[in-house]
Amino acid sequence: MPKVLPEPREITTVPRISDRIFRGIVTTGGLSTLAILALIAFFLVFNGFEVIRDEGLRFLTGFDWMDAIPDEGIAATYGIGAMLYGTLVIGLLAIIFGVPIAVGAALFLSYYAPEWIKRPMVVVIDVMAAIPSVVFGLWGYFILMPHAEYWAKLIHKYLGFIPIFDMPAPAYSRSPFIAGLVLAIMIIPIVASISREVFAQTPPDRIQAAYALGATKWAMIKAVVFPYGIGGVIGGAMLGLGRALGETVAVYTVLNLVYDIRIEILLSAGGSVASMIVNKFGEADAIELRALMAAGFVLFVVTLIVNFIANAIINRTARRG
Amino acid sequence: MATISVVPSKPWRPKLSRVWPDILGALFTALSSVAIVAVTPLKGRLGFSITLIVMAVITSASISWLRRDRKAALNSVSTVFVYVAAAFVIIPLASLLFEIVSKGIVGFSFGIFTKDMSLTSADSPLSEGGLLHAVIGTLYIVLLATVISTPVGFLASLYIVEVQGRFASLVRFFVQAMSGVPSIVAGLFIYAVWMIGLGNSYNVAAGAGALAILMIPTVARTAEEVLKLIPNDLREAGLALGATQWRTVAMIILPAAKSGLVTAIILGIARVAGETAPLLLTLGGADAINLNPFEGNSSALPFYVWKNYSLGNPESIQRAWLGVFVLMIMVFMFFSLARYFGRAKGANR
Repeated sequence: MPKVLPEPREITTVPRISDRIFRGIVTTGGLSTLAILALIAFFLVFNGFEVIRDEGLRFLTGFDWMDAIPDEGIAATYGIGAMLYGTLVIGLLAIIFGVPIAVGAALFLSYYAPEWIKRPMVVVIDVMAAIPSVVFGLWGYFILMPHAEYWAKLIHKYLGFIPIFDMPAPAYSRSPFIAGLVLAIMIIPIVASISREVFAQTPPDRIQAAYALGATKWAMIKAVVFPYGIGGVIGGAMLGLGRALGETVAVYTVLNLVYDIRIEILLSAGGSVASMIVNKFGEADAIELRALMAAGFVLFVVTLIVNFIANAIINRTARRG
Repeated sequence: MATISVVPSKPWRPKLSRVWPDILGALFTALSSVAIVAVTPLKGRLGFSITLIVMAVITSASISWLRRDRKAALNSVSTVFVYVAAAFVIIPLASLLFEIVSKGIVGFSFGIFTKDMSLTSADSPLSEGGLLHAVIGTLYIVLLATVISTPVGFLASLYIVEVQGRFASLVRFFVQAMSGVPSIVAGLFIYAVWMIGLGNSYNVAAGAGALAILMIPTVARTAEEVLKLIPNDLREAGLALGATQWRTVAMIILPAAKSGLVTAIILGIARVAGETAPLLLTLGGADAINLNPFEGNSSALPFYVWKNYSLGNPESIQRAWLGVFVLMIMVFMFFSLARYFGRAKGANR
């Protein structure tokens, strides 16, 4: 009896209908993240458009945030210059305080720590990242601030001749210095974990080669680990900066918002765009609300740019490793 | 016949002759710091810690310089700094947890989980009222946010890892950037769409929408990492058996990644459960339980904490700390769950 061979199956590279539907749904879902970002930008600009148009560049550079007073014929002026400046100041302070500690902790975890302390400490850093900002705010206000005021007094006493440590009035509470300290503690986890990631990618043969040539641990780190990981550390620091710039409630509790540009960081006067939005939101009328939307848009763009650069640096470093 | 047992010499073991300068150095550092703090005007914990660090640097540097050379001295100085940095990471966290527990435990009782604040005024003692409405509110908002954000997050990660479409790297990059969107901006966005655009007033759905925006990147990125860990053999095996991509993903990849995907969701929840700023713009605040997501003000734990902190009288402040305590318990519960599932995944692999 002759064997009947089955018809050869048709071989095609065209995906089935089920696959096309699947791919369609997944692609829609994937692209919806882009859509959300685009929508955020669109709606903030859409609502803040009038204020941006009326104020122009003054919105970014102006120091005044005043509602209109119709009785006296004063028009509303909205400028976030002082708040932008304040945001950058506390962000930079957070970087200055936080990054050395975070990098040191990452080095400790990668090269110094004995095994038994490594795991708990990684958990500790993860836990720190999970603490809500309102908790940091309360802790900063009630626990850290009394200490920080004392430190600020000492700094002023011994380094007061430097302009940024000058004090026109003895008001040490709720200063950019304290806000910077709180933010530094908040960004330590992210900077530390990213630094640890890039340090872990240092080629082990180079490390061993450095030791074989008689390098001390520090000489090895300086010659091998830092050159390899510096990009990742910078990227992590910028990611931390992005977090610090957008931080709202923690800063609001420990910073006195003043619409003025001040160089003295120990003085109880600072600014933060995000905190200002919460501060003004409660009693804002329709026009002020538009101004707040515009301020939110500026904050969104600034943090997005910082994050873009940070991620680009980190991705490049990670790929090379 | 005498047996000869060979004892390994273990030359890497620290010998007493090598260790004693370090021990002496540590002793000297501690004693000299105490002495300096006692004699000089430096005082308090701050003075002591600064003295301790300085003395540790001086002692360790001089010991290694005497025993070896300048490079060894530099090495020991850097070692001290690295240990100090590690301590500076631990100290704030330890202080934070200590204060939360010691301040939060004061008003903690079972009763706070059975009552809300609708019949209690802000300055009445802690034994009256509770935060049931806030706990329910938080659970409710987080549940809604999870329902919204999980599909989007998973689809985004599937798009990046499985479909690998034309925009995969772009989506990946933007999801990364999205995790840096300030929470206040998410709140403003929802306010612009939901309140200004669609004319609603404060409600739970708005809060959940804002939290979902913050949750999507965490879910998507964790899920992406998890999917990348699935060995390619599984995908190829599925395709070789004649399965379509849809069947491969649905019946092989997702079951294999199940516990990791659960971890992704829980990490997302832990990320947003304590978010305050967007809720200030979207919830409106309430003192009673509200289970209607589209109607009426509501509350949540972070909101409760914030409100009581802002009220400022001693009882409210105590209530705020109580809220922080409960909030931290919730966050830690989610966090430990995530770690538990993450570890289960490791065991399976």
